[in-house]
Amino acid sequence: MSRELFKFKGGVHPPEHKAESNARPVRAAPLPKKLVIPLRQHIGSPAKPLVSVGDRVLKGQMIGEADGTISAAVHASSSGIVSAVDQQPVPHISGLPDLCISIETDGRDEWVEHRPLDYRALAPADLRIRLRDLGLAGLGGAVFPSAVKLDPGAAQHCPTLIINGGECEPWITCDDVLMRTRADEILQGVAIMRHLLGSTEILVGIEDNKPEAIAAMQAAAARMDFAAEIMVVPARYPGGGAKQMIQVLTGREVPSGKLSTDIGIQVFNVGTAYALARAVHHGEPLISRLVTVTGHVLRPQNFEVLIGTPMHALITLAGDRDGTTGVLMGGPMMGMPMPNLDVPVVKATNCILVQSAELFPPLPKALPCIRCTRCADACPAELQPQELFRFAKAGDFGRAQEYHLFDCIECGCCSYVCPSHIPLVDFYRYAKSEIWTREKDKRAADLARERHEFRQFRQEREKKEKAEKLAAKAQAKRAELAAAPDAGGAAPSEADAKKALIAAALARAQAKKAETAPKNTDHLPPGTQREIEEIEARRAKIRELARQPLESDEKP
Amino acid sequence: MLAAILVMAGIAVAIGLALGWSAIRFKVEGNPLAEKIDAILPQTQCGQCGFLGCRPYAEAIAKGEADINLCPPGGEEGVKKLADLLGVEPKPLDETHGAPKPKSVAFIDEQTCIGCTLCIQACPVDAISGAAKQMHTIIAAECTGCELCLPPCPVDCITMVPIAEDLPHWKWKHPVVMLKQVSGDSSA
Amino acid sequence: MPSPFILDRSSVTQVMAWVLAALLPGIAVYVWAFGPGILVTLALATVTALAAEAAMLKARGYPAKPFLADLSAIVTAWLLALSLPSLAPWWLIVTGTLFAIVVAKHLYGGLGQNIFNPAMVGYAVLIVSFPAQMTQWAAPLELTSAPLTLAQSAAVIFGGDVPKATLDAVTMATPLDALRTGLLQQHTVDEIMAQPIFGHYGGVGFEWLAAAFLLGGLVLWALRIVGWQVPLAFLAGIWLTAGFLHFFDAGRFGAPWFHLFAPSVMLGAFFIATDPVSGATTPRGKLIFGFGAGFLTVVIRTWGGYPDGVAFAILLMNLCVPLIDQYTQPRIYGGAKKTKAPSA
Repeated sequence: MSRELFKFKGGVHPPEHKAESNARPVRAAPLPKKLVIPLRQHIGSPAKPLVSVGDRVLKGQMIGEADGTISAAVHASSSGIVSAVDQQPVPHISGLPDLCISIETDGRDEWVEHRPLDYRALAPADLRIRLRDLGLAGLGGAVFPSAVKLDPGAAQHCPTLIINGGECEPWITCDDVLMRTRADEILQGVAIMRHLLGSTEILVGIEDNKPEAIAAMQAAAARMDFAAEIMVVPARYPGGGAKQMIQVLTGREVPSGKLSTDIGIQVFNVGTAYALARAVHHGEPLISRLVTVTGHVLRPQNFEVLIGTPMHALITLAGDRDGTTGVLMGGPMMGMPMPNLDVPVVKATNCILVQSAELFPPLPKALPCIRCTRCADACPAELQPQELFRFAKAGDFGRAQEYHLFDCIECGCCSYVCPSHIPLVDFYRYAKSEIWTREKDKRAADLARERHEFRQFRQEREKKEKAEKLAAKAQAKRAELAAAPDAGGAAPSEADAKKALIAAALARAQAKKAETAPKNTDHLPPGTQREIEEIEARRAKIRELARQPLESDEKP
Repeated sequence: MLAAILVMAGIAVAIGLALGWSAIRFKVEGNPLAEKIDAILPQTQCGQCGFLGCRPYAEAIAKGEADINLCPPGGEEGVKKLADLLGVEPKPLDETHGAPKPKSVAFIDEQTCIGCTLCIQACPVDAISGAAKQMHTIIAAECTGCELCLPPCPVDCITMVPIAEDLPHWKWKHPVVMLKQVSGDSSA
Repeated sequence: MPSPFILDRSSVTQVMAWVLAALLPGIAVYVWAFGPGILVTLALATVTALAAEAAMLKARGYPAKPFLADLSAIVTAWLLALSLPSLAPWWLIVTGTLFAIVVAKHLYGGLGQNIFNPAMVGYAVLIVSFPAQMTQWAAPLELTSAPLTLAQSAAVIFGGDVPKATLDAVTMATPLDALRTGLLQQHTVDEIMAQPIFGHYGGVGFEWLAAAFLLGGLVLWALRIVGWQVPLAFLAGIWLTAGFLHFFDAGRFGAPWFHLFAPSVMLGAFFIATDPVSGATTPRGKLIFGFGAGFLTVVIRTWGGYPDGVAFAILLMNLCVPLIDQYTQPRIYGGAKKTKAPSA
């Protein structure tokens, strides 16, 4: 176990606040009356609903199927009746609703038929489809569909498998408690990952502030004779970030703009490994997870929570207190404030952190940047946050991208150390989403340009085709006229032919006009008839006058 | 004296040759400026600028025949980008050509539509599907929101629906935190 | 407001307070070696700076309290005061401070926006405009018979009726001035250095002052308020450039140790060149910035029209900061081994 560890640059060490919640045993949160299950709980396309209002569903039944490759299914967390398939509040900072399936639970918690999978017998591709249909997604926070990550791709195998038990964010202890209590199943899950990825080296990284978890994992590895190295890494935020964990354990860096699999490394969270073991060895889809409820509550602790349970139920369970100023999903460094507490627990919910004015005093007002570069010293991505801030604030997104804006992992270290208290990460998020929007707008504009140009081309072509058709017709007419015996005898000139054509057309028009002559001129009283005649005479005169210069024009 | 004149003349000839050579060597086909301007324009093809679409407007700007502030869908930001590209001072949008509106797409009330195809002929990006005496419908993903289909419709069955913000389209706002905002100071 | 929701305890005020605190040993040595006149200068500069800062904030429509509380104006005032001759007249101090705060700081956009170090701009304006008054240095107490009291110093500074003879008795050229004058009179460095004003390294009194600023600077470094790059590169730039010249012609060029411990170098290295706002931000950029400032300091001292070059050297390097930063962008995590400078 004496492997050389490496260091990542930057990072900070905020107060840990882990002891508050990791001492109490895990408690199962009671079944709520109503579960709200969002269809978009993972990165990629949201699941497509499979049920409609009034359907009875069983626990573990798939209620939304994966849509496309990068997607995952969602399942009913308990049995009951579907009461709505509509827009509901979801845990997102915007407070915007999203499509959810609501289930009125019947209290029977009746399981759908489910069987363990023999993962060795299944073809890897089939197994991955099963895992996608069991709704597996990364539980470390990014909720990337696990089935996609378990595909070694063209390389056929991924030599190094890293299991991330870093849990570097303050306050959160769900992975710590999971490792303490369910180490065996975590390693069973790791065995399945190793099978799918063909890994030869398994490194489990755990921060040194979790001695019990380390001991439990080491004991489990010894008991199962499992060839995984349990590695104790120094606790430093964001040491649990995948890129940082890779660097600490292997000394290698994920190339900018690439994936860790490009250097033969795949990283999974311990929670994902546990969920994978439940899925394969018990056939259970991902319908529950451990959630730390901590901060300004009476009994900070971890709960085993069904996906779809409203957050306020958990806060009540942990003992809500007066003086709550807000609730975060996630930790204080990267967590997101919740717009309201009716939002459900989702696959990404690792922690519900209740804020109070004492624990989280309001942030001081920001002062201008003094370019002290403390942020650059703290940045684990080794960026120049002060420059990115300058560009983002000025709206110079092109320069921000040149300075590697998209290598920012939004860990918050820069904001944490900033002596001017500038919410730097906010500026990066803003710049990133502006760039994405602009790229989308640009694509839309390109599409519009292309379609407009094609339309012009089509109109041009139609015009040309019409002109050609007309020309062909005229040619035919001319030939006809030319064939007819002519008094002059000589070959008709081009002008004569044209005149003849015009005359023919005029005759046609006249005939048509006669056909469509106004019907209200019949049976008129004599007075009116006379008036009309007078007018017609005047018109004829005008017509005559109008024709004269025209004719003189024609024969100069 | 003579030497100085010769030197100056020599330099002039050398520079002239270099310029002439580079004019041939680095000749650019087409009108790259109009291309660049066209790339900034929003491609709504709405004609609010008074030209028959974005490309003619771009060409007019490139020739110096049109001002840069005639495009309402591009908004102030578009004017600013054009000003940056052309190295001129940005100016406020010319409101006589319309005011910027939130991005919308056209929507055909299919109950009212009589299938006259007039809107199809008006759509600059072929984003309306349908045929004579058949109900028409807007391909929302391709609609630029130009509103050119509104006037020809004889039964007024087309309305503009603003694109509502939903989760996939939500974006982070510019943080409002600097002390400057407290006082409304104008120096940036 | 989104994450993060916790902050380190650092603040601009705290940073500036540490800078001020780190200047205290230097000020104490100053008083001990040159008399209490500097205290008057410091007080006058502080009051002027705070008044100018408050007025400018008001004029620009900023709230005064958070910006006055950040102490940055006082840092500027002290740095300027410590660079001025200790018996400079009051109007010189006020003019320099006003110029530093009003023009160099606020007209460039206030805290964080100035491209030049305000204190050095104030100093440069004064030395260009009033070269005679800028040489009124108090003589080291060791070398004077009748040191001035605080009241007498104040009287000198405020233009009280001080007989010229008294003033001549208590002021003296700085070692750098002496070296310069001596060299112009065709003396060799050794001959000049034999004068009593040159102590062991950088001049009587001045070398102790330099040591005190070095101590304060090391405290700032230990507290991570300043990085090691700029001071080290600055001192290395001076030492190597001076050493190179001295090596070739010891008769015409001062010794490297003399240049290091001569007035204003330690102050410049740890307190002025390290000003984050007007300095380079990348690690390599800081090295280039510091070394360039050190190199230019010696060059200006040796060949320039002014006896000391720290201020001009730092101002010149301030000019180069955007260029330096652009071409020294460090490699990022997962970046290519060799970084290409981003295109402008």
